Amino acid sequence: MAKITYIQFDGTKTEIDAENGSTVMNTAIDNLIPGIDADCGGECSCATCHVLVDPAWMEKVGAPSEQENAMLDLNPDREENSRLSCQIPVTDELDGLIVNLPEFQY
Amino acid sequence: MSEVAASTPFNPDPYAIPLDSKFNVAQARLFQQDAHWAWFDRLRSESPVHYCDESEFGPYWSVTRYNDIMEVDTNHQIYSSEGGIAIVEQAEDFRLPMFIAMDPPVHDEQRKVVSPVVAPMNLKKLESTIRERAAGLLDDLPTGEEINWVDRISIELTTQMLATLFDFPFEERRKLTRWSDVATASEESGVVESEEQRRQELFECLQTFTEIFRERQARPGNNDLITMLAHGESTRDLLDRPMEFLGNLILLIVGGNDTTRNSITGGVLALNQFPAEYDKLRANPGLITTMVPEIIRWQTPLAHMRRRALVDAELGGQQIKAGDKVVMWYVSGNRDEQAIENPYEFAIDRARPRQHLSFGFGIHRCMGNRLAEMQLRIIWEEILKRFDNIEVVGEPTRILSTFVKGYSDLPVILHPRK
Ligand code: HEM
Ligand code: FES
Repeated sequence: MAKITYIQFDGTKTEIDAENGSTVMNTAIDNLIPGIDADCGGECSCATCHVLVDPAWMEKVGAPSEQENAMLDLNPDREENSRLSCQIPVTDELDGLIVNLPEFQY
Repeated sequence: MSEVAASTPFNPDPYAIPLDSKFNVAQARLFQQDAHWAWFDRLRSESPVHYCDESEFGPYWSVTRYNDIMEVDTNHQIYSSEGGIAIVEQAEDFRLPMFIAMDPPVHDEQRKVVSPVVAPMNLKKLESTIRERAAGLLDDLPTGEEINWVDRISIELTTQMLATLFDFPFEERRKLTRWSDVATASEESGVVESEEQRRQELFECLQTFTEIFRERQARPGNNDLITMLAHGESTRDLLDRPMEFLGNLILLIVGGNDTTRNSITGGVLALNQFPAEYDKLRANPGLITTMVPEIIRWQTPLAHMRRRALVDAELGGQQIKAGDKVVMWYVSGNRDEQAIENPYEFAIDRARPRQHLSFGFGIHRCMGNRLAEMQLRIIWEEILKRFDNIEVVGEPTRILSTFVKGYSDLPVILHPRK
């Protein structure tokens, strides 16, 4: 289990108790958190589950895979801390994780 | 080519023939007659990754299930886009460089250059002009009499929207449609009389846009695509690379033309075939948001995309050989009941309406997908304000193509709101 905080572009915060085995994307969808589209359903092939990971959490979350990197690259708004949330599995280590949602998904 | 096709016996029933290496779904007439569905049903259940060793397009693999299509689409290291993305081959000597038909790293570099022009932030700025023009067109339509929805609305709206995006001289907007048709014309289509004429017309396209580009270079500040290209860091010198400039223009014109046009028509047809959904929509126009992606799934404006295997690979238990042509039939994957609930139903309130294959997936995923959705949303918002019913009063005429899935005629009568 991990507590994850999603911050909308307008500043609205939602805290969710996420289950291990889920992903940051699926947790958002299951809890009807707006701002993540996830068109491909978690296949790392649409890049519409883009989140900006709180810089303090970057190390724990880790680096994107090659495929994720390629998909992230399609987004002109990509930042240093951009990740695809379907590629971040929920684990105990991520308890307290904060992710920011972008204004738009592509 | 067309003569051979016309003289071979044509039987639209896929169960009347054996499912062997002659089973060929890539026949334009099947799509024109709307008879392709059963062919794909049979392939999906009996031979989901199927080899056809003889067709007018040469031998090719058909990939028909949602998950297998996803696998091909997301493995660009194995399945290459280089050289063409439709089952039909392009003329070797006049291939415009377009990133849709390129692999990384060049694909990624080129896409990055133009993708900001259709970023959601810019789309927002274009929305009001697109809406005004759509409203103007709808206000002028005759009610109570039969009209061809395709010609009067779908083509005209799409053309107007293209003109808006490029800030192209509005009175000359049908040139854009013409260039789109010319760029995609096949030999037998009759759109142009010769390859020479085709090149001549595309050259005119380049000249026209070169002038516009120069003019915008001197006059910054607008939101249109050409101004953005003329001032973008990596595109402001695009005139030094005329073929790349033309390739990108044609890609933007073609990419958003037939696809959006046929989605506009497809939506009207779908609502007429599923009147309960039309009632739901009238009762709750907010459903436009989920209806728009459902229209795009239901229509699947591009029936397929093709790849070529760079190495030997296994797919769905079949051995694909390096060099083989692999066709992803989106039109089939979008009717795969293992991935989509009641796929033959048009349902405007699906929980995950964007989970469809019409835009492709992976690094080539449609760059204009948000633009396409925005255009359809605006059109439907404006339609619902004005018309109680767009009544389809005859059979649609479908296009003779295995690639562009669309219509040339849909007779309708418009009934204004009371
Ligand atoms: C409902 C409308 C549309 C549909 C169904 C559609 C479909 C597609 C598909 C299936 C692809 C993937 C190509 C591949 O995997 O090889 C694609 C790519 C593309 N589309 Fe669209 N499209 C639509 C609207 C638009 C619009 C409005 C634009 C205008 C900007 C556009 C521009 C592009 C471009 C530039 C690509 C190439 C992307 C790449 O190779 O990275 N499309 N489209
Ligand atoms: S859900 Fe598609 S990339 Fe994450």
